[in-house]
Amino acid sequence: MSSYTRPSLRRIAVTTSALLGFAIATAQAADTVKIGLVTALSGQSAKSGEAISRGIGLAIDEINAKGGVLGRPLELVARDDEANPSKGVLAARELIQRVGVVAVVGGLDTPVSMAIVPIANQMKVPFLGPWAAGTGITRNGAADNYAFRVSAVDALVDEALVAYAVKTYGAKKPGMILVNNAWGESNQKGLKDALQAANLPTAGIEKYEASDVDMVPQLSRLKEAGADTLFLVGNVGPSAQVVKSLDRMGWAVPVVSHWGPAGGRFDELAGPSAAKVHFVQTFTFAGNASPKAAAVLDALKAKYPAIKSMADVTPAVGIANAYDATHLLALAIQAAGSTEGPKVRDGFYKIGTYPGLIKTYDKPFSPEKHDALGPADYVFTRFKDGEIVAVTN
Amino acid sequence: MLTSILVSGLGLGSMYGLVALGFHVTYAVSGTVNFAQGSVVTLGAVLAYWLGVTLGWPMPAALVLALIGCALFGLLVEGALVRPFVERGSDAWLLATVAGGIVLDNTLLFTFGKEPRSLPSPLAGKPVEILGAGVYPLQLVIPVVGLVLAFAIRTVFRKTDLGRVLLAVAQNADAARLMGIDVRRTVACAYALSATLAGVAGLLIAPLFSVSAELGTLFGIKAFAVAILGGIGSATGVILAGLLYGLVEAGVTATLGSTYTQLVVFSVIILALTLRPDGLLGRAAVNKV
Repeated sequence: MSSYTRPSLRRIAVTTSALLGFAIATAQAADTVKIGLVTALSGQSAKSGEAISRGIGLAIDEINAKGGVLGRPLELVARDDEANPSKGVLAARELIQRVGVVAVVGGLDTPVSMAIVPIANQMKVPFLGPWAAGTGITRNGAADNYAFRVSAVDALVDEALVAYAVKTYGAKKPGMILVNNAWGESNQKGLKDALQAANLPTAGIEKYEASDVDMVPQLSRLKEAGADTLFLVGNVGPSAQVVKSLDRMGWAVPVVSHWGPAGGRFDELAGPSAAKVHFVQTFTFAGNASPKAAAVLDALKAKYPAIKSMADVTPAVGIANAYDATHLLALAIQAAGSTEGPKVRDGFYKIGTYPGLIKTYDKPFSPEKHDALGPADYVFTRFKDGEIVAVTN
Repeated sequence: MLTSILVSGLGLGSMYGLVALGFHVTYAVSGTVNFAQGSVVTLGAVLAYWLGVTLGWPMPAALVLALIGCALFGLLVEGALVRPFVERGSDAWLLATVAGGIVLDNTLLFTFGKEPRSLPSPLAGKPVEILGAGVYPLQLVIPVVGLVLAFAIRTVFRKTDLGRVLLAVAQNADAARLMGIDVRRTVACAYALSATLAGVAGLLIAPLFSVSAELGTLFGIKAFAVAILGGIGSATGVILAGLLYGLVEAGVTATLGSTYTQLVVFSVIILALTLRPDGLLGRAAVNKV
């Protein structure tokens, strides 16, 4: 049992000096301005994390080529949250306390972002959401709010979904089929409010677990209640199961969806009926005439050889939102003249005009408005041959 | 509505039963179980996808090879994760097989990738209408395969020489050894069979859902609950419990909504086990001193 003897003085000395060396190495690396990223890099939502990483990576390259921020280069430090709120919280704490990031960028999952935001507010480090749309992420009721977002907002998306269903399908009695988590709840409230504002009744509200494989029972109840349109909220896997279940039922009801289907190979998973689902996006490369979109797509292909066609940038919202968010964050740091959390937070309010990928931002943030994008920036899309294309009526 | 509850409940239920039957087989022979069963479900689906879709081999060959792959994994589990501990009189195989499942899950995550993919099947393309509900032909095949396999295993155990050998090992390994039965090989065979059953479940359910590295995890947990509920020593009990579980699950989801599914289903299991502590058809083990 010699391996369980008390540690020798020598070993303690070696360990201590190694720790000291680590501390010194960390201090030296502080030359860069570090941006933290907490997103799903594995599991069902992994493709969304990849898209966000690419958007940030490209923006950082552009910013660093022009001298970085405050004369220092930007550096991305990414952590996998496995779509799990408690892992996201651990990762965010580690990034803020140990790595010393200037801001934390979030991922696709609303439950994870909802768990991180209170920590960001408490530690006074900006949180920047490039994807998760839960209303409460930015409208969190904190007196001192550090959560910003360059993405869709459920409450506004839900208004857009209702307006689209009424305009496109003449919906009179829509039903809801929502994932049973914080994101689903956020939309349940949003859709209820939006329907009430539009003076429409609801045929019913049905929930499913993300691991459910057969949604026929829930959908049957909506059908029996007389639903004439469905609002779908869920990530790509379960969304595909909803479409397959509709197929099995032979129920050709129009489906107007939040942007879950964009998170993966929806058309492969859901089959031919995938094209019938119309879903909201903030950005699409396909059919985008702006020169900036073409330039960014070329730059992406050059930086990431794995991107060969439009189909490889299918969660374009993740790339575009993260790309614009990173540039806006750099502008906020520059305006703050510091990497201290409270100053960077106020720096967001000082951003003037920035010609971004999604649009030209003009004073995107204020103390009352922590969301840079709104309904005017939403587009309705569908899958066609593996690509996400805008719906043309 | 009733048709869809029946089809979906019997389909999923027979798959729970099939995986649970795998627990039963090894338990009956060796008193141990492979807690990596859920991961083997994933392994079967992922291997079939890799061989049949990625490499483009003919599907029948891909399916057979996928099952052989599962059987080999079963042998590996027995040889590396169960036997070494049992021989030392340790119960650490419990944790070792759980760990083996986690290792397999993560290996699949790295090799197969993170994205869910679709396993095409001619039986899951166009739904057919039965009593007003649309079902894929595969959904009808699944319970048939499940019940036929369960019946076959029950027959083998009861009626054939091999079955007698298995039962002899189960009743008294030392006596069986004295009678010239190769106990080690018999237990290894049981593990291979058990993993193959899980593989069959994986192949059958994959086209209905999607192939992903997380496909089998929840399945394995539910199947173990089913095995305990049915009485892990009884093949018939396990299959019946699987069907019952599937039907209650589908019924609760259809009537109360899936928010309440796990709550109700597991409460029913607790109640059932309180009333029948050895499972629906299980018998209390008698220790002869």
